[in-house]
Amino acid sequence: MSDVHTSRLSWRRLRALTLKETRQLLRDKSNLMVGLFLPFVLILVFGYGLSFDIKNAPVAIVSQDTSPTAQDVVAGFYLSPYFTVTRLHSMEEAQRLMRAGEVEAIVYLQSDFSRRLAASDATIQVLVNGVDANRARVLEGFAQGAIAQWSNKRAVSGASIAPAPAVRLETRLWFNEANTSTHFLVPGLIVLIMTLNGALLTSLVMAREWERGTLESLFVTPINTGELIASKLIPYFGVGLAGLTMCLLAGKFMFFVPIRGSLLLIVLISMLYLLVSLSLGLLISAATKNQFLASQIALITSFLPALMLSGFIFDLRSVPAIVRAISTVLPPTYYVEALQTLFLAGNVPGLLIKDTAVLLTAAVVLFVLIRINTRKQLV
Amino acid sequence: MNATLHRIAILIRKELIAILKDPRSRLVLIMPVVLQSLLFGYAATFDLNEVPYALLDTDRSNASTQFVTLLDGSGVFDRVANLSSAQQIGETIGKKRALIVIHLPADFERNIVSGRGGVVQVIADGRNSNTGNVAASYVTAAVDRFNSQWNELRGGPTPALRIETRAWYNPNLETRWAMIPSLIGALSMLQVLMLSALSVAREREQGTFDQLLVTPLRPTEIMVGKAVPPILIGLVQSSIIFLIARFWFGIPFQGSLFTLYSGLLLFTTAAVGIGLALSAFSKTMQQAMLYTFVLLMPMMLLSGLTSAISNMPSAMQYLTYANPLRYAIDLVRRVYLEGASFGYLLHDMWPLVIIALVTLPAAVWLFRHRLV
Amino acid sequence: MNAADDFIVRGDNLTKRFERQKLDTITALDRVSFGARPGALTALVGPDGAGKTTLLRLAAGLMRADEGSLTVLGLDAAKQPQAIQDRISYMPQRFGLYEDLSVQENLDLYADLHGVTPEQRAERYPRLMEMTALAPFLDRLAGKLSGGMKQKLGLACTLVRSPELLLLDEPTVGVDPLSRRELWDIVSGLVENEGLSVIVSTSYMDEAERCAHVVVLHEGHVLASGTPQELMSRASGHSFLAMSQRGTPARKLQADLIDRPDVIDAVPHGGQVRVVLGDREPLSLQDVTFEPTSPILEDSLMMLLRHKTDEQPAANAALELTRKDSLDHSEVVIEVHDLVRKFGDFTAVNRTSFEVKRGEVFGLLGPNGAGKTTTFRMLCGLLPATSGTLKVAGADLRRARAEARQNIGYVAQKFSLYGDISVLENLQFFAGAYGLRNSRAAQRIEWALDNFELKQRASSTAGSLPGGFQRRLAMAAALLHEPAIVFLDEPTSGADPLARREFWRRIGSLADHGTTIVVTTHFMEEAEYCDRIMIQDAGTMLAIGTPEEVRRQAGSGGEPAHSMEDAFIGIVEQGRERAQRQEHAA
Repeated sequence: MSDVHTSRLSWRRLRALTLKETRQLLRDKSNLMVGLFLPFVLILVFGYGLSFDIKNAPVAIVSQDTSPTAQDVVAGFYLSPYFTVTRLHSMEEAQRLMRAGEVEAIVYLQSDFSRRLAASDATIQVLVNGVDANRARVLEGFAQGAIAQWSNKRAVSGASIAPAPAVRLETRLWFNEANTSTHFLVPGLIVLIMTLNGALLTSLVMAREWERGTLESLFVTPINTGELIASKLIPYFGVGLAGLTMCLLAGKFMFFVPIRGSLLLIVLISMLYLLVSLSLGLLISAATKNQFLASQIALITSFLPALMLSGFIFDLRSVPAIVRAISTVLPPTYYVEALQTLFLAGNVPGLLIKDTAVLLTAAVVLFVLIRINTRKQLV
Repeated sequence: MNATLHRIAILIRKELIAILKDPRSRLVLIMPVVLQSLLFGYAATFDLNEVPYALLDTDRSNASTQFVTLLDGSGVFDRVANLSSAQQIGETIGKKRALIVIHLPADFERNIVSGRGGVVQVIADGRNSNTGNVAASYVTAAVDRFNSQWNELRGGPTPALRIETRAWYNPNLETRWAMIPSLIGALSMLQVLMLSALSVAREREQGTFDQLLVTPLRPTEIMVGKAVPPILIGLVQSSIIFLIARFWFGIPFQGSLFTLYSGLLLFTTAAVGIGLALSAFSKTMQQAMLYTFVLLMPMMLLSGLTSAISNMPSAMQYLTYANPLRYAIDLVRRVYLEGASFGYLLHDMWPLVIIALVTLPAAVWLFRHRLV
Repeated sequence: MNAADDFIVRGDNLTKRFERQKLDTITALDRVSFGARPGALTALVGPDGAGKTTLLRLAAGLMRADEGSLTVLGLDAAKQPQAIQDRISYMPQRFGLYEDLSVQENLDLYADLHGVTPEQRAERYPRLMEMTALAPFLDRLAGKLSGGMKQKLGLACTLVRSPELLLLDEPTVGVDPLSRRELWDIVSGLVENEGLSVIVSTSYMDEAERCAHVVVLHEGHVLASGTPQELMSRASGHSFLAMSQRGTPARKLQADLIDRPDVIDAVPHGGQVRVVLGDREPLSLQDVTFEPTSPILEDSLMMLLRHKTDEQPAANAALELTRKDSLDHSEVVIEVHDLVRKFGDFTAVNRTSFEVKRGEVFGLLGPNGAGKTTTFRMLCGLLPATSGTLKVAGADLRRARAEARQNIGYVAQKFSLYGDISVLENLQFFAGAYGLRNSRAAQRIEWALDNFELKQRASSTAGSLPGGFQRRLAMAAALLHEPAIVFLDEPTSGADPLARREFWRRIGSLADHGTTIVVTTHFMEEAEYCDRIMIQDAGTMLAIGTPEEVRRQAGSGGEPAHSMEDAFIGIVEQGRERAQRQEHAA
């Protein structure tokens, strides 16, 4: 008879444990800092702070040619919203500024620029600081654009500089016509916050009970491990949903990120991912039984990969096969893909079914591992 | 003075033993740094090694074939599909089968020959607009090459103006060159901050801090003794990443080691100062860890590691002035890649000194005045 | 029910080993057989490392025995731990209270987990509150309770329902005599009125005497078992009360006696010395009279251990001390005047004044939460006083130069050395922190390892040491720099009788060599080792003087109180009545 009531889940016990866990969660300010305040800060950072869109890059223009033609070229840079121009007269001076990090690019027109232009043999030198390669490439493009604009104007007034190009390029950026990085950063932000809430907070929760010795008395009660695990997941699931709500509201009303897919699907798949992430944290916690170690492992195995390896900022197509292999076994990779699609592209069934299936598998595997790692036994 | 030094040395020795005695914690200090710098070194790049594209060639002319040959021969573009109608574009991009679709319209050749100019349409996946933009810029380069080939072939006039571009410090414009040296600061900060944030909080939680306070050790001595070990560990971690950058990834080091280490020393000290102040403020280890984390995240993101500080709105930029990592990343990149000398880096160094001068004395004060 | 079922817990040939590090296994229990009867109290006693806790954990289904069989409530503990856990209650040594939950919330949690219905609670809670006197603190966070109150709350949580079997692991460690008495009244009440079966492990022999059956464990073996009377009869005729005719203080006489090989045990008791002798004949010593007395359980335990280990309780415990100051025993080294410490509107220490002279052993006694630790922390400069003055070795350590702290040694209540580094590294660190160098440091560390018998364990990490070794290490570290004043906060809490004898022998030799000792303790008989004691309650000083004077103060009709424990309880209760009357008057 004794075995009958040992295995069955009791709602009363589950409620009591969940209530206890919730109270502990709410009472420690540091938990709420990570659970609610940090998402708020991150929303601001991501929405306003992180941007791959270049504006007002400091650039030095050295023009030793005082002719109107040369002045015209320089004026083109002044008009561009991408540059803040410093006008200089010597290349030494410009190079010094570049070395000091005060300008990011130098545009150099020689003293005989207009004369040589007339002879169809002119050169404009564009030197960029290549340290941040991505930025350098874009800056280069902008500089060429500014010059091209000037030459088009000239062509209209009849003084063509270059033969008309045989082929022109027309680029359209689907799903992100405005070409703002915020649109892909906000879905990424949700991934980060879900990972953070889940893995980091729950990685401490079981380890804390081991460290403080509270499990010994808890074990000698009728509770079963299922109740124990569920009671730890439920409150943090709530915190995760609060974070999700904050992000969705901010995305919609602060950053005007379009939601082209179904909102319901976004919420459902986020809940699924939250479960994965919470379970990962709990597994780490149950396996290490040590708060410091658990937080380090959570940081290394969940948060950093979500930031660096999920395809959220850095595209996975450019990484070596081994790194890509690692990222294909990480759940955030699929969550990022699903969210970016749901926000910007819409409901794309094939992709979403794959992502959901992977996340579901991950949740089940983690849950089984937690069960194995949580026994009502000391040592 | 002598007695002070002796006491500090004893405390440093104890701290180092406590941190390094357990083989597990030695592993935790070294392995993640190595793994992460390798992993992120490969992963954290905006360069695309291959651009999977789908071709929609409705022209099927000599010109269009020539253009496609040029693309396929570039080594970057990888044709994954040939589309037969514009209706297929949506699905190809939506399901992420290709990053871009290159569409050559039916009048492509006709327009070139007539001098009106042909049009290459590129539809890029903007879900990650950054990647989309990079891919599009690769097509731009291909178009430029096609134009000059075409021009040469037809014996057209040479352009009157050439634009010569050159990139300083990173001639091939590889993202990795900026990313990996930045990790020298960023990765080591992660654990340095954690270590120092836990050091006092752990002693408080375990009751050993009282034991420390009743010895003749002065609060300032305790602070120095607590600060030096994480600084040393941070510098060792930085050195490991430096070696990986230099020898594994083969990124040439342009500056002087002296300048690099002076900067790193200042940076690590400032980071430890923040950690110790947090630690002295926290009641429990858990609080110390979570507070550190709350601070760490924005510090990483607003450091210029993933996106340039100059792109941020000015209010955000002011916030980054309190972030030691911001200075460290600038400093390391400039020493490492640009070979900047000491004088050029003072503006990165003095803010670090100020951060350390604020946080370390704050920690000392909190040691004695925070009652638990 | 057949005869075998007459036991509620029955273990046969239980063996449990722990692997500590590679190739280093400890046998915590070695073929232990024992039985506990229903409806009665069974005590597990024995020194540190005897295996008491392991045995209780096995019975609670928290561990599995490597060999042997264990039946609890008729169920196999190895096969059906959950079924057992549904029916028993267990209070571990460190009860896992949730410190960030309030008293009420902790109680409710356990009531919910055990499925106690609201009706049952309505009946149960008032009784628990009455028993534990926690009613005024229901909303207080458990973490803010004093040690004794936590222990009582732990017991209350364990008793939210009537289990079929109650397992208590050292429930009274760190609990003051008043609370200890209350706690035991609760437990025996449950046994008598509800027929509860209880197994309790304890290091207090007076507690074991209240049990129906006692099992004496030693290093994983059963040394003896039986009723307290059966065990006590072993010592009959060996127990005496010794008294000096020349007025030598009991503490000095005790020290002389305990060092003799023909003496099994000696403790000061009510101004005399309680002695257990190897023979049934009194010793013939000049100026010392021996009077036969009836044995107590502790006497037989000491005899059992002596037979087993053939070691004297405090042999070699006296410290080798080289420093012989020109002793001026009238010199005042600690001066406290009108000391007050408030936390918000709670007064932890209220207008306390006292003096301690050089070479004195000064005891600070009081119930849990009386303000002893707060007083200690102020004396050591860890906490600023709200008002009043205090001087330790001529300085207020909170404000004095750091070097002034060279004069003191401090042993905190909780083990507070570095658990993750080795014994030797701990000693090296504290030697260095106190400015000892090179050969001097080496010499003092050697002294500490020798005198505190830590040599064997020098390279073990401090955290992995058994409790007794940790206490010795903490004391050794505090004495490395030969401080003039040593503060010890509950140094014997949780220590077994042997370790306590050793400890006081060391303290005695320190005091003889001019070191001033300030000590708090919950063992009232230990107050007899002190030259002077002070009793505090609720922050207020209630009595101060020699043990004799305090006992006299508590006695009635000029007769001093029989034992220190009676005196203490008397004085505290008088003090509380007085405070209540004043409150009513105001």
